[in-house]
Amino acid sequence: MIELMNVRKVFNAGQPSEFSALNGISLKIVENQVTVLVGPSGCGKTTLLTIIGCMARPSAGRVKLGDREITSLPERFLTEIRRSTFGFIFQQPNLIKGITALENVMLPAYPLGTRRAVLKGHAIRSLDALGLSEKAYSKVEWLSGGEAQRVAIVRALINNPAVVIADEPTAHLDRSLSHRFLEIVGQFKAEGKTVLITSHDPLVYQASVVDRVVKLRDGRLEEET
Amino acid sequence: MKTWIEKQQYLIDFTLSSLLRRKVKNVSLLTLYILIVFILASVMFFTHSIKKEASVILHGSPEIIVQKVRAGRHELFPIRQIEQLKTIRGVASVEGRLWGYYFDPDVGANYTVLVPTARVGSLMQDDVSTAAVVDAEDEHEGASGQSGEPLYRTNLETLEPGTMVIGNGMARIRHAGRGDLLVFRAFDGTAMSLKIADLFSSKSELVTSDLVLVTEADFRRLFGLPADAVTDVVVSVRNPREVPTIATKITKVLPDARPITRDELLRTYDSIFNWRSGMMLVLLSGAVLAFVIFAWDKASGLSAGEKWEIGVLKAIGWETADIIQMKFWEGLVVSLTAFFAGVILAYLHVFLLSSVVFEPALKGWSTLYPQFQLTPFVNATQLTTLFFVTVVPYTAATIVPIWKAATLDPDTAMRRVGE
Amino acid sequence: MILHPAVIANVVASLIISGVLIYAGYYGVQILRKWDLQSGHEGQLVLERRTYLISTILTFVFGLELMSLFLYVFTANNLCPLFVGAMCAAGTLNVNPYGYPTLVLKIVSFLLAGLWLILNHADNQAYDYPLIRKKYFLLASIVPFSLGETSLQGAFFLNLKANVITSCCGSLFSAEQIKGVGSELAALPIVPMMWIFYLGMGVTILTGVYFYLGGKGGYLYSVLTLAMFGVSLASIISFISVYIYELPTHHCPFCIVMEEYGYIGYLLYLPLFAAAVTGTGIGVLLPFRGVESLREVLPRLIKKLTLMSLTLYFAFTVIVLYKIATSNLVL
Repeated sequence: MIELMNVRKVFNAGQPSEFSALNGISLKIVENQVTVLVGPSGCGKTTLLTIIGCMARPSAGRVKLGDREITSLPERFLTEIRRSTFGFIFQQPNLIKGITALENVMLPAYPLGTRRAVLKGHAIRSLDALGLSEKAYSKVEWLSGGEAQRVAIVRALINNPAVVIADEPTAHLDRSLSHRFLEIVGQFKAEGKTVLITSHDPLVYQASVVDRVVKLRDGRLEEET
Repeated sequence: MKTWIEKQQYLIDFTLSSLLRRKVKNVSLLTLYILIVFILASVMFFTHSIKKEASVILHGSPEIIVQKVRAGRHELFPIRQIEQLKTIRGVASVEGRLWGYYFDPDVGANYTVLVPTARVGSLMQDDVSTAAVVDAEDEHEGASGQSGEPLYRTNLETLEPGTMVIGNGMARIRHAGRGDLLVFRAFDGTAMSLKIADLFSSKSELVTSDLVLVTEADFRRLFGLPADAVTDVVVSVRNPREVPTIATKITKVLPDARPITRDELLRTYDSIFNWRSGMMLVLLSGAVLAFVIFAWDKASGLSAGEKWEIGVLKAIGWETADIIQMKFWEGLVVSLTAFFAGVILAYLHVFLLSSVVFEPALKGWSTLYPQFQLTPFVNATQLTTLFFVTVVPYTAATIVPIWKAATLDPDTAMRRVGE
Repeated sequence: MILHPAVIANVVASLIISGVLIYAGYYGVQILRKWDLQSGHEGQLVLERRTYLISTILTFVFGLELMSLFLYVFTANNLCPLFVGAMCAAGTLNVNPYGYPTLVLKIVSFLLAGLWLILNHADNQAYDYPLIRKKYFLLASIVPFSLGETSLQGAFFLNLKANVITSCCGSLFSAEQIKGVGSELAALPIVPMMWIFYLGMGVTILTGVYFYLGGKGGYLYSVLTLAMFGVSLASIISFISVYIYELPTHHCPFCIVMEEYGYIGYLLYLPLFAAAVTGTGIGVLLPFRGVESLREVLPRLIKKLTLMSLTLYFAFTVIVLYKIATSNLVL
């Protein structure tokens, strides 16, 4: 379970362009549930995701992962936690061009120094599970939008994370692909993973697989359903 | 330990593919890097090689050369004083030498004229393919140039009166060969012709290019040297450790003579070449500095795409230290490639192509520039020095840019969409 | 001043090292003043990022200092023909009083940089940077050593005057010193030194093994490793080099890294230096065993260091024994 207590995030502190993205958020993300964060653009959704996902530290407030306080952890510890606990799916696939889909999928595990044969096998099986095995050795420039998004999903899962975080995952997908994505989310839930999604796509936050919707506006929480 | 090795392998993999993906930017850097290493290495190889050749040649020179000095200028040595020197204890032998410079106005060249002695003769039978630089323009260094190590196969007995053995440089410039006659202007203005009996081997050109061997009679006739004088005297000593003592004794016996010991010459030559080599490096330091600034600029100027890539890597789980390690491998790959390429090119340039790039600078207004091939001589100190003046400054300059790149916030780096 | 390229390289290296250390030291002081791990303030994040820069710099310095140590010896060796009486690097370093102190400071700087890296590594394993203040105090104290080394080295090279012909008009050129520069190194008597070396090494290794297995006697072991470093260096001068050169009067510790002797010096010096750094590192880390955040990581790290220093000293001793056994010299 992830818990945020009165979290604030301020950018450019002390300068004229000082800007407060999050103004006192207190939130509990429950395990094995699909939670959706909803809100207009600029309300701090992505910032909140980065703090929950151990990518950034809050300016004030506390963050707990399970019963471990992670607010002031040094970057290398945060990264370690992020690597093993969280899988990120971004709006854009954000795949590194010029290398193959397979290599992209293996990238997150490089710093861990896992044996290449083991890692490769795992990566190929994961690509296969999402129907991408023929595309494994293609350079990412040759993938279609949907394929790229699925490769990005495989990449997010390569270290077998307990929590999957998706930032506007359906923003560039059509209806059928969006449905497919929601099916995959259902699979995650069935596997016991926790899923956190930000979206302003009603297809997502009204889906049956979603357990909870949290509304965000101007860096503050509104009522929940 | 194994995971660490595996991790480095992954990083190197990614680094190589990263470098290949940005060919344009990296090619310009690599080219400049190789150029810098090439120039510095060429300078160092060249001067060091010549220094080595000089010292090898000088090792064959006599232990002490004694010259007469009057008012700070070199004077002729009276033959009767040779006996005085022979009386000094520890002296093995004393021999007079006859040598001088002849200026040929037709071609504007200075020839070194030498009368071969018996000692010199025995040395000449060795097929020693080494060379030493003779600075014909500098009179005061002249003493060392006359160590008399020319190399040719012809028996000395063929040097009859009226004939001479000349160097290849002289032969070329006078368009002459074996059997031709050359006319010289003697000291009293009369003409004197000498026939070319033989030429020096081309292997010895570095030392013999401007050398002319004549008989004693011809020498004295050409320069008007009286029969009771020689140019200077060489002293050989039984025990090398006695040399400084004997040199001091010589000054006591002949107060107006200056003894020049071989070790002094060796040290001085060493020093001169060190100085020249070092001076070149100092002068080239401007180029090195410019390169370092360029490298720093290249490392700092990350394109939006590169920043985005680092953002992505950090977002998917790479830590700042991982990015630094990767960038370090990048620097290492570039540095090692440039270093080895530059060194190999410099080696080929200096030892196979006889430093064609430097030739105009080295030749100056010399009319008798020898054609020579240097013996390759490269050692660990040279390579280490080269490494320290090229790779180390490059690495130092890129530390801060690499760190800046590695500490990019993944969030802000990725908010820019794509490349 | 002798403008040999290698001299230039040495000066450049020392200037770079001092330069980056001053840069690192400046930021280190800032970290000391403003560090506050609990604050999520941007300034703190900037400081944390800067620690990466400083550790990168110190890693660079560590490697460079080691290489410049060897370059210094090579340079001294290359310059020896220019001085009457200098047979090798040992003679060159004797030409003026700055030669050997520079060498000593280089070794000290290298050791200190290594210790800093060990301390840094330990600090990074803990989640709250418990050693940060001590680390940056150590950094601040390394800076003067490096500056001292650069100045002494500069003084050394500037005061080297080759015994060469400087003017053609003189009658006796160089005042040939009959004695010349002394190449003799103060070498301790061979047989007592051998005893001290073997006994000392034996005791050190035993203490190390005891510490590794039982966890007691860490400080003693660490002190012994540092002492053995000095003893080993003295032993190399006193008898090890003699066996390698197969000449009872040649005590020079520098010629063994040269080509003529198969570069065996590296096989001796590199393990020795590494052993000294890892062994002393243990002593530096031991006081912090009680720190909360280090409680789990530190014992493991200390054990690793113990194992490393033991292996290195053992390897060193084996190589020494091998060289002595295969030497043609019989004393």
